Amino acid sequence: MGLTGQSTGLAIMRRIAIAQVKVQSSGDIIVALAGNPNTGKSTVFNSLTGLKQHTGNWPGKTVTNACGRYGYDGKNFILVDLPGTYSLMANSPEEEVARDFICFGNPHVTVVVVDATCMERNLNLVFQIIEMTPKVVVCVNLMDEAHRKGIQVDTKRLSDILGVPVVGISALKRQGLDLLKQSVWEVACGGLSVNPIKIEYDEAIEDAVGIVEPQISRLIDNLSCSISSRWLALRLLEGDQAIVEAFKRYLGIDIFGWVELKERLQKARDMLVERGITIDQLGDRLVSSLFRNAEEISRQVVHHKKGATNSIDSKIDDLLTSRAWGIPAMLALLGLMFWITIQGANYPSHILSKAFFYLEEELAELFMASGMPQWLYGILIDGVYRTLSWVVSVMLPPMAIFFPLFTLLEDLGYLPRVAFNLDNFFKRACAHGKQALTMCMGFGCNAAGVVSCRIIDSPRERLIAIITNNYVPCNGRFPTLIALATIFMAVGTGWFQTVVATFAVMAMITLAVVVTLLTSKILSRTVLKGLPSSFVLELPPYRKPQVCKILIRSLMDRTLSVLARAVTVAAPAGLVIWVMANVNVAGNSLLNHFAGFLDPFARMLGLDGYILMAFILGLPANEIVIPIVLMSYVSAGTLMDLDSLEALHQILVQHGWTWLTALCTMLFSLNHFPCGTTLLTICKETGSWKWTLISFMVPTITGIVLCFVVAQTARLLGLV
Amino acid sequence: MELLPLNFLPVGCTARVKQINACGALRRRLMDLGLVTGTEVKAVRKSLSGDPTLYEIRGAMIALRCEESSKILVERSML
Repeated sequence: MGLTGQSTGLAIMRRIAIAQVKVQSSGDIIVALAGNPNTGKSTVFNSLTGLKQHTGNWPGKTVTNACGRYGYDGKNFILVDLPGTYSLMANSPEEEVARDFICFGNPHVTVVVVDATCMERNLNLVFQIIEMTPKVVVCVNLMDEAHRKGIQVDTKRLSDILGVPVVGISALKRQGLDLLKQSVWEVACGGLSVNPIKIEYDEAIEDAVGIVEPQISRLIDNLSCSISSRWLALRLLEGDQAIVEAFKRYLGIDIFGWVELKERLQKARDMLVERGITIDQLGDRLVSSLFRNAEEISRQVVHHKKGATNSIDSKIDDLLTSRAWGIPAMLALLGLMFWITIQGANYPSHILSKAFFYLEEELAELFMASGMPQWLYGILIDGVYRTLSWVVSVMLPPMAIFFPLFTLLEDLGYLPRVAFNLDNFFKRACAHGKQALTMCMGFGCNAAGVVSCRIIDSPRERLIAIITNNYVPCNGRFPTLIALATIFMAVGTGWFQTVVATFAVMAMITLAVVVTLLTSKILSRTVLKGLPSSFVLELPPYRKPQVCKILIRSLMDRTLSVLARAVTVAAPAGLVIWVMANVNVAGNSLLNHFAGFLDPFARMLGLDGYILMAFILGLPANEIVIPIVLMSYVSAGTLMDLDSLEALHQILVQHGWTWLTALCTMLFSLNHFPCGTTLLTICKETGSWKWTLISFMVPTITGIVLCFVVAQTARLLGLV
Repeated sequence: MELLPLNFLPVGCTARVKQINACGALRRRLMDLGLVTGTEVKAVRKSLSGDPTLYEIRGAMIALRCEESSKILVERSML
């Protein structure tokens, strides 16, 4: 099924890594930023460069290398944010990318970001990097959080032991950044001589290194890279194939082409086996030694205040991930978010449509007075302007409210807890536990969800996650669900109506999760056969999100991006619809011809021709589906003040909508082909047209089947 | 003292890693998390249906499915 490296995203990451290896320009100082996942690397990156790389509190958030710049002491520093990894042994694409950059990207300095609250585990990576290159600055982040938890890290002592600069910072509060910049500068420009600690291994291993190292340093001396010969010796002894491949790829050198080195390696390995160490055991011993050192050092530099524990975290977790309350709490949180969105969107929606309607009348008068031809007025006002105003007034408010709320949860660190709660369901569907994380990202935007699937290593499970990501309604589809749920599903008035609508939307989300799991299961049994791969998930500590910053930024970002899409997608769509509605062929408009053609099929699905046509024309962006439906219904040209959902209700009912039409439209909105952007992303991520086509077909077929069954059943039972 | 697979360690109990029976990339990944011989592990909580389980390993909270944790043999620490 073509599950090669090509289709796994590894190829993409390699391309990115190689592209960045070439970034080097004279005089610039390249700084690599490495670290465990969830140590706040991206926050450090943003604080240093002033860029707005998206951050989130879950492991694997940064899946590509981001590149940024900052200036210090008149020099230009290029900062490369590597993917977060626990180790650099090249066990996963991220580790390979990070390692390759440190080895072959010739960074002047490598900054290792470590988590002050979890020093012991983090030191493992520090040792691995110090083994590779002496030019290291250790950046102990989250000092404030550690302080709160009663953990004190003696950075001075750590620096003395490691022999490289150690800087304690709190990236979120921007504390210690200047010192960090200064240390990087000192190491890069040679002002500071580093004398990194050498990790000693068992005697037999040291002897083996002694046998091969002289040969290797001769090899390295002739190269343009600054790889440590000791480190390379250890990797070759371990039988690390990835590093041999990397040498071929980046430097065009076949290490094993050198017979003398090969012989020495064999000799060293024979010696190790004689002394009771096989290749497999060698790896174990290396890691064990690193951790023994980490334990020893963290005993010396980390001090725990007595009595202080992270009791708040564990109390919250007792509730949010408990067996009894985990799922109810999750549903309650989700419900709360929808309730706020539905309730909150009403007011801005109302005001916006009033404003647009007022402006439309003003424009109309202006245009009349200027003696503009009727057809031009039709295109500009009835077509472009009206579609645009509907997208902005109906679709924008819920999007602009939901997205920041979701980002808050993400930054808080709640998403990995969702993955933890739901993991067993995914396991039963033979899918990866982290698929829950990629689904969560899909709530924001399916294209982003598809990209986030890179955190899944196994190609099979990654493809399942990509194909099924579209079942999760993205931010652009929520307003449709919310509007239809409010109009057709919710009885009563006021807050009670909002509550009912919230439940209806949540039922839809639950359905989306069920469909995702079922489809994953079916895919695992058919085209993507296989068993779930290993799964390790770290639950990061809860972090206080920067509420104001998030609210303002994502509100702005959302508003701007929806406006941009409104102009680039909705306006042309409005134009097309208007033209189709007004060009007559054989006594009927093109729009009616097209809708009429789709109508018989659409009716079987509980929709009508116009709705299905809107979904097809809405391929570029889901936000425009409902505006297109409205546009087609009112294309006769009567002015409509859409200032309330009641008005929307009336238009829809006039055109034959029942609760069944609304339900089927919601179902089809949940289950249909991904939008254009998402399809392009899938094509890029999988590198295959075949998988893109499958990603197109699978949800579409699901939607058709689901709508057909629901519509026919309801009709058979005489419910409509 | 008897060895038991990590997934049989009751919630709230602590144990020391004695042996890892996984091989290849999984073995490496577990070790990179700090699960080497002698490491202290605490079972913190089980998920909804009893799997995965959350463990405290070297100050970090790590969730493991029983497929993985059953490959780690531990010795229960006496309190």
